[in-house]
Amino acid sequence: MIELNWDWTFVWQVLPMILSAAKVTLLATFLGSLLAICVGLIFALLRRGSSKTVRVTVYWLMEFIRSTPLLVQIFFLYYVMPEFGLSMSPLMTGVIALGVHYGAYLSEVFRSGIEGVDKGQWEASRALNLTSFDTYKDIILPQAIRPMIPATGNYIIAMFKETPQLSAITLLEMLQVAKIIGSENFRYLEPFTLVGILYLVFSVLAAYGIHQIEKRFPKEGFSLK
Amino acid sequence: MSQPIIEFKNVQKRFGDTTIFDDFSFKVEENEIVSIIGPSGSGKSTLLRILMTLEGIDGGYINVAGESLWHMLWNDRYVPASNKHLHKMREQLGMVFQHFNLFPHMTVKRNITEAPMRVKGLSRQDAEESAEALLELVGLADKAESYPNDLSGGQKQRVGIARALAMRPAILLLDEITSALDPELVDEVLDVIRNLAKEQSFTMLLVTHEMYFAREISDRVCFFDKGKIVEEGVPEDIFSAPREERTQAFLNAYLGQ
Repeated sequence: MIELNWDWTFVWQVLPMILSAAKVTLLATFLGSLLAICVGLIFALLRRGSSKTVRVTVYWLMEFIRSTPLLVQIFFLYYVMPEFGLSMSPLMTGVIALGVHYGAYLSEVFRSGIEGVDKGQWEASRALNLTSFDTYKDIILPQAIRPMIPATGNYIIAMFKETPQLSAITLLEMLQVAKIIGSENFRYLEPFTLVGILYLVFSVLAAYGIHQIEKRFPKEGFSLK
Repeated sequence: MSQPIIEFKNVQKRFGDTTIFDDFSFKVEENEIVSIIGPSGSGKSTLLRILMTLEGIDGGYINVAGESLWHMLWNDRYVPASNKHLHKMREQLGMVFQHFNLFPHMTVKRNITEAPMRVKGLSRQDAEESAEALLELVGLADKAESYPNDLSGGQKQRVGIARALAMRPAILLLDEITSALDPELVDEVLDVIRNLAKEQSFTMLLVTHEMYFAREISDRVCFFDKGKIVEEGVPEDIFSAPREERTQAFLNAYLGQ
């Protein structure tokens, strides 16, 4: 019989190191999400713009980003860009790779959210002579955000679960730290289990949080300042 | 005779293969109240939507207050209007919609102050004072802080009218403003328009199915069918003694005469 010898002492010994690496994971996810939301919004608006050249270019750019593996993009940014004189820290590289990659996915969410707003809202805005900018900012986006929340949240959780890919460029996130601990102590069971549990806990918490945001998001009175 | 405030000259409009207007010409004088009646699909609403720049045209010219709406002069030639030109032209026009199109996430007051503040650069205080006066005018002074979804259809449409008036348009376009309302709510909306017609000098262009109202309020009634004005004249003539067979048939069906 295979004996599973779970060592609690070892758990308590390595947990602080893994938790401290969790901060890096969460930071990368947080910054990556912010960037993804900005990139997604810009892509979505460009794809609705008046210039056909821009629309088509952005479409193919997004298609390219979504159809190539995240790891390839990470490697490209980390190993190839320095040849063009742009070298960045692993965290910075990770945030940009995650942000742009998931931004391409989020732009579709944002686009369908924007298109879900009643056409009459555009017509009323036009009749009142609002500029496109004010129409988006004051009329369309405040109504589009609520329906966008669940899908956006799911992509952010998916991004969070992709952060171990950043270990490939030596970012000391959770999985990388667990692997180092494992190889130093010749024990992989506890560190990897802890990492798995932490991912589970954070994901469940995030899913709950997103659900709460969606539930409490005001139907009325919401505006973008 | 003074220059008409609205003039359509040989206008063409198509939706795909469907021709709405083919060589359509039409004039409205300043401060004239014109009702457009006719069967659905005859191009009545399209006429208003073209004026409000919600739809483009495929040929011809439209002048509003002496300036071309869809074209502008550039190096002595008429070229398609830029956004800037359209923006300037829209200052003349206001529109009230069949389905209200109020902004559901904003209070009634904010619905009315949004455009004056953003477009005309009014201070919040000035915009709110004017909004309160307009709400008084449409009998909704107590609803300033309500949201559209808490209002009845008639109340929503009165807010729609106040919102359009807040931009002080010279021309008010009313697109079947009572068609989406329960019958008992129609009068409260029409009363507002009656008062406006009496108290203020406006050019008003209304598409309506309320025949009695059209007869009462209009200086001129145009009967539309298949993108053409079949018959037009003072309400008395159109409603009491229509000359054209199609007008007669339409009015008979509508008024059950």
